[in-house]
Amino acid sequence: MSALTAPPRIGRARRFAGQFFRMPTAIAGVAILGVFTIAALTAPLYIHSSDLDVTQATGGQLAPPSRHYPLGTDQPGRSVLLLLIWGARASLAIGVIATLLAVVLGSAIGLLAGHYQRWLGRGLMHLTDWFIAVPSLPLAISLAAVLGQGATSITIAIAITSWTATARLIRAQTLTVEARPFIERARALGAGNVQIMVRHVLPNVAPLILVSTTLTVAGAILAETTLTFLGLGNPTEVSWGTMINEAYTGSAVSRGAWWYLLPPGIAIVVVVLGFTMTGRAIEHILDPRMATR
Amino acid sequence: MSDVLAAELGAARGGGAPRWYRSSFWTYLGGKLLGATISFLVMLVIGFTIFNVMPSDPVAMLARQHPTDPAQKAALRHQLGLDLPVWHRFLNFVGHTLQGKLGDSWQYHQSVASLIGERLWPTVLLIGSATLISVALGLWLGIRAGWRHGSAFDRTASGVSLVLWSVPTFWLGLILLVLFTVGAGPIPSGLFPAGLMSTPGFSGSWLAHVGDTVHHLILPCLTLVLVIFAQYVTIMRSSIIDELGSPYLLTARAKGLRDDDVRRRHAVPNALLPSVTVIFLQLGTIVGGAIAVETVYSWPGLGFLTFQALQIPDLPLLEGTFIVLSASVIVMNLIADMLYRVLDPRVRQQ
Repeated sequence: MSALTAPPRIGRARRFAGQFFRMPTAIAGVAILGVFTIAALTAPLYIHSSDLDVTQATGGQLAPPSRHYPLGTDQPGRSVLLLLIWGARASLAIGVIATLLAVVLGSAIGLLAGHYQRWLGRGLMHLTDWFIAVPSLPLAISLAAVLGQGATSITIAIAITSWTATARLIRAQTLTVEARPFIERARALGAGNVQIMVRHVLPNVAPLILVSTTLTVAGAILAETTLTFLGLGNPTEVSWGTMINEAYTGSAVSRGAWWYLLPPGIAIVVVVLGFTMTGRAIEHILDPRMATR
Repeated sequence: MSDVLAAELGAARGGGAPRWYRSSFWTYLGGKLLGATISFLVMLVIGFTIFNVMPSDPVAMLARQHPTDPAQKAALRHQLGLDLPVWHRFLNFVGHTLQGKLGDSWQYHQSVASLIGERLWPTVLLIGSATLISVALGLWLGIRAGWRHGSAFDRTASGVSLVLWSVPTFWLGLILLVLFTVGAGPIPSGLFPAGLMSTPGFSGSWLAHVGDTVHHLILPCLTLVLVIFAQYVTIMRSSIIDELGSPYLLTARAKGLRDDDVRRRHAVPNALLPSVTVIFLQLGTIVGGAIAVETVYSWPGLGFLTFQALQIPDLPLLEGTFIVLSASVIVMNLIADMLYRVLDPRVRQQ
């Protein structure tokens, strides 16, 4: 890699993929995410609205698993398996959209704070520190409560409480990239602030933004299920959080209906693990020093 | 995580001031107090924005409970100070908050401050006991795992922590609740009470009351410990690994110390420093976990109060719990900064 030109990208991407798919945790993580994404996207092909409609449920009340209902039924008699697949759509969508918002906000703040190191950068870092000091769940609860029940308010609440880690990470990386000679070269050739940030720094912090995204999604999905469990979600929409909420408020817990309580929780754990393992694997390749952690 | 620590160290290092000035304890304390005060003010701005600026019309929400005519609404608006400009309302809000006047709850018809006062101690008991247990457990496992990193013990400890970190707190709570109160397989039903902090109508000696509370505390505390101890394992493990290559460990071994002594007397004290800061910085996460756990077990603390306030939603009560929970996290971060200085001579001398 020449010191004066920006590092080439295509060869790096191929080497990255080669390293990535040699790690068992990376393969497991990507496989998990692939299965859940496909299940969520193709769900409308085999699940009809009548399957999810409380008034058209055909199964028994809280019936244990049987041949027709592999994971049993819920209180109104709907199939828990179909609810679980359908619930992935809301949980994944909210988690991913909230993360995208948070990562865009965090990256922009991190990039600006790293590039403009004078008052703007310092101000933005202070802002980040103050946000870190406020506990995120009470803040998210308050925001979602004031914005009203529903997916939009939960998404906004999660995005506002989860951008800080990305901002710090991107700022630190921007500082290292800005110290490299090719930035000086670009500046000498007359590149402006925006050009340096977008054309030269951003491509070099992009891999870290990817790491940050996968790790933030994991936290965002946990936050989404917690907020819907506390009753801030749309009660008519099926999601993993509302399923556990109904198991808690209904009689599933006191009647020991494990088939209604276990599947949504296991689904959450597996998806969060999938995102965390993928993120850690990318991190591992980018920074071998992190490998031992 | 490490960048948070770097920022802590960077902040402690200070600028280019002369040496006597930088090494003064009071300057350090003053700087940290100022930082905490600004954090508190920013938190108040956030709270004010959420609860007083964002709701389009608090009077309309209040009026939903009682029929009110426009004249009464105007009077209520005046009484609540809603006809004042925003900056004036903010100053009033800050003044009232500092005096502990947090308004009246809409559902309990009682002052928010007194409600919070009643519910504060159960939360302190739950969070305190869970933190102590998980710190002890997490650090112990983290030290063992990091010292022999790559071993079967390390892989098991790291794997278990990773999985437990991914578990939603409230769901784990519900699972334990089903297992130990309803019973499953070999576990008899009713091993532990299903909720609350004490048996209703319980009478007995002082000691019996303590026993009853502990009996109720076990499940909520266990849930919280299982979810939070994983973070301490990860932090302690990575800071032990950071110390592993240090020359002073080689010296200690060359002196002929046993492996246990090298670890206990040389590696652990150095690796402990970053962990201490992180323990306190994690308090925000623990508070979040406590809200979920208290809800599941109807533990009469601030978290359950938040959940009850959400059902209406009872905005003054939510505002109160938000302010109290956030303020306590800020205070804990301040204590962490002080403790760090006491523990680490390097920070003291810089």
